[in-house]
Amino acid sequence: MKSGTRERAFLSGNAAIARGAWEAGVRFAAAYPGTPSTEILEYCGQYDEIDAQWAVNEKTAMETAIGAAYGGARALCAQKHVGLNVAADPLFTVAYTGINGGLVLVTADDPGMHSSQNEQDNRHYARAAKLPLFEPSTSQEAHDMTIAAYALSEEFDAPVMLRTTTRISHSEGIVELGSRAEAPAREFVRDMAKYCVLPHNARRLHGKVEERMTKLAAWASSCPWNRIEAGDPSVGIIASGIAYVHAREVFPQASFLKLGFTNPFPADLVRRFATTVKTVIVVEENEPILEEQVRALGIACIGKDRIPICGELNPDILHASLKEFMKAPAPARVRMPDVAIPQRPPVLCPGCPHRGVFFTLRKLNCTVTGDIGCYSLGAFPPHNAMHTIVCMGASITNALGIEKAMKEKIHGKLVAVLGESTFMHSGITGLIDTVYNQGRHLTMVLDNSITAMTGHQPNPASGTTLKGKPTKALDLKKMCEATGVESVVDVDPFDLKALEEAVKTALAKPEPTVIITRRPCILLKGYKPERHIVSIDRAKCVKCGQCWKLGCPAIERDQIDGKTRINATLCVHCGLCARTCRPGAITQEKGA
Amino acid sequence: MSITNILLCGVGGQGTLLASNLIAECAMEAGFDVKKSEVHGMAQRGGSVVSHVRFGPAIHSPLIRIGEADLLLAFEQLEALRWSEFLKPGGLVLMNTQKILPMSVSAGDGVYPEDIAGKLAALPAQVTAVDALGAAEKLGNAKCLNVVLVGLLAKRLPAISREIWLAGLKKRIPAKLLELNQKAFEAGWNLAA
Repeated sequence: MKSGTRERAFLSGNAAIARGAWEAGVRFAAAYPGTPSTEILEYCGQYDEIDAQWAVNEKTAMETAIGAAYGGARALCAQKHVGLNVAADPLFTVAYTGINGGLVLVTADDPGMHSSQNEQDNRHYARAAKLPLFEPSTSQEAHDMTIAAYALSEEFDAPVMLRTTTRISHSEGIVELGSRAEAPAREFVRDMAKYCVLPHNARRLHGKVEERMTKLAAWASSCPWNRIEAGDPSVGIIASGIAYVHAREVFPQASFLKLGFTNPFPADLVRRFATTVKTVIVVEENEPILEEQVRALGIACIGKDRIPICGELNPDILHASLKEFMKAPAPARVRMPDVAIPQRPPVLCPGCPHRGVFFTLRKLNCTVTGDIGCYSLGAFPPHNAMHTIVCMGASITNALGIEKAMKEKIHGKLVAVLGESTFMHSGITGLIDTVYNQGRHLTMVLDNSITAMTGHQPNPASGTTLKGKPTKALDLKKMCEATGVESVVDVDPFDLKALEEAVKTALAKPEPTVIITRRPCILLKGYKPERHIVSIDRAKCVKCGQCWKLGCPAIERDQIDGKTRINATLCVHCGLCARTCRPGAITQEKGA
Repeated sequence: MSITNILLCGVGGQGTLLASNLIAECAMEAGFDVKKSEVHGMAQRGGSVVSHVRFGPAIHSPLIRIGEADLLLAFEQLEALRWSEFLKPGGLVLMNTQKILPMSVSAGDGVYPEDIAGKLAALPAQVTAVDALGAAEKLGNAKCLNVVLVGLLAKRLPAISREIWLAGLKKRIPAKLLELNQKAFEAGWNLAA
């Protein structure tokens, strides 16, 4: 995407945010990948004028973006909702210091938990940290509000939050584009009273934050992003973000108060709207954040008493929740046949390097504390080889805690599993903790050369930057050794014998140990392992089921004779099944 | 002029994303307001995937309501059945006859339902089942299955002209794969009467 080649484009919310940032003159952007926010930085990286980078975690991303803003550049950082937990420390304090160049902090929440471990509503953060908050409802608004957020940020000397949800980030719509306007040049000016939050400064800055919020509250009631759309006055709907478009869909005639800027709350405008309609309904996904503020004004309304807090909202749920206010019935439905439809959850890809790890850990009946990445799929059958998953980096510290509680009852069985990107994100601190506090579990770092689950982003161990430039690659082994772990071993996870031996040896040691499994993600661009054909002599198959334990999509059990079949269109000839086959029915060509 | 709702479904890795992009961009080119929604992330490969495409004079929600899909473009049979709840009664199902066994079925924990075309017809729906994978393989590349299915769909969307589709292909497909995909589109267009 280059400047000014098209007037309209069909863009996802994430692409629209990046485009808006570019048009607003943004010069720096940082993030750690996380669904549904990841593509924002990837798109930012496509603009020559934006220095876009993958950070090691969300906290370093935000701190770097804050630094860039202090340094005078318009800057952006983006994260998924749980990523903002990691960055919450700088978030609360940058609200006090304010900025220099404009700063926009994007949070992409995941109602419905399509790809997340919880359903937190990050509008709470805007309220808690006292930050102005935009909530786009469409790709066009994601673009326009991003531009507006930079102007607001500099006008009020405040970082500005922009909150999307999965259906904003990953839905696409038509966007009218503009061209780039370079932001006014600024530089870092030493100003300790502003940038050093020593207690005496911070006390004064807190007062400034409160003053700013009062001014912004007045702005919220008059700004173009909050507007009354008059319609049938019997029902008045207050909604923001994706909830607004869903509500528009099911209430085509109602009156609306469409909110695009929701923190601080536009109280005056809400009061005015409430006097024009008979019944106020607040339509929100997840938390009743607007609703509670409407009620606090003494305005009676319908909200979470009808509309579910749990899960992603959609027009069908909305219709069912608010049936008695509907003018039209729900659409007629087809009659679904009375037949069980087998589920199809995502699976480790054919050829995935993680498969050998879970096969081995299950075989050795290890207790496995897990982490966030493709390898979370190790918790699914047939692996069943992951027994805790909390948050990024928690595998190692959870293991340390379990062994502190259970001592010899768990020694020799406990393994923490995480990918190399997650290890660098926040696993390394846990490993230092483990050595310092004399834990003795095994940590397995699954190095597949890429941050895979979010769609293949390079990381500090890959040797390339977001912009595709070569850079120094972190030496994972040296880093682990530097923490004081004496036994750090590299293993190919497809060498099942060596892997099993390494795990057994490590678990027998009365000290912390690390195994780094090294094999690239099978989908890694440019990775073309030499192919040695795998085939099966079905006459020799004894249905022992060893190969089924691999959970490979290419391995099928014939529905009639119960023997194994290899699906030729899915098989990538990694050969792992040949290594597990006891009777020698599955074989791989020599040379492998 | 009313709204057209198309639901695409399949198995992660089959190319539904490119197909839904192509449909949405051609609808935009034809002068409609368009919205599209799908979920990516969490190793969607091998999992059930779905895309909502909506176009018309003005679109609010990017999501199709249950009972409002005019067309279901299914890349795989079991996925056609799974998502058929979204169909308008009597709506059109365009289904690739390919079957991909989910892990639960290969592990013996579930059964792949039989006669899916018959079950879909009884919804009721108008079902057109075609061997799009076979057509793609005949062209020498199973991956162009998605464009075969777009061709099949395009013939049934008179609101978007053939010229727009062909121009859309040219814009979206890299030059060295264009000829193959043009053939795939034609194959799909001619696959069923």
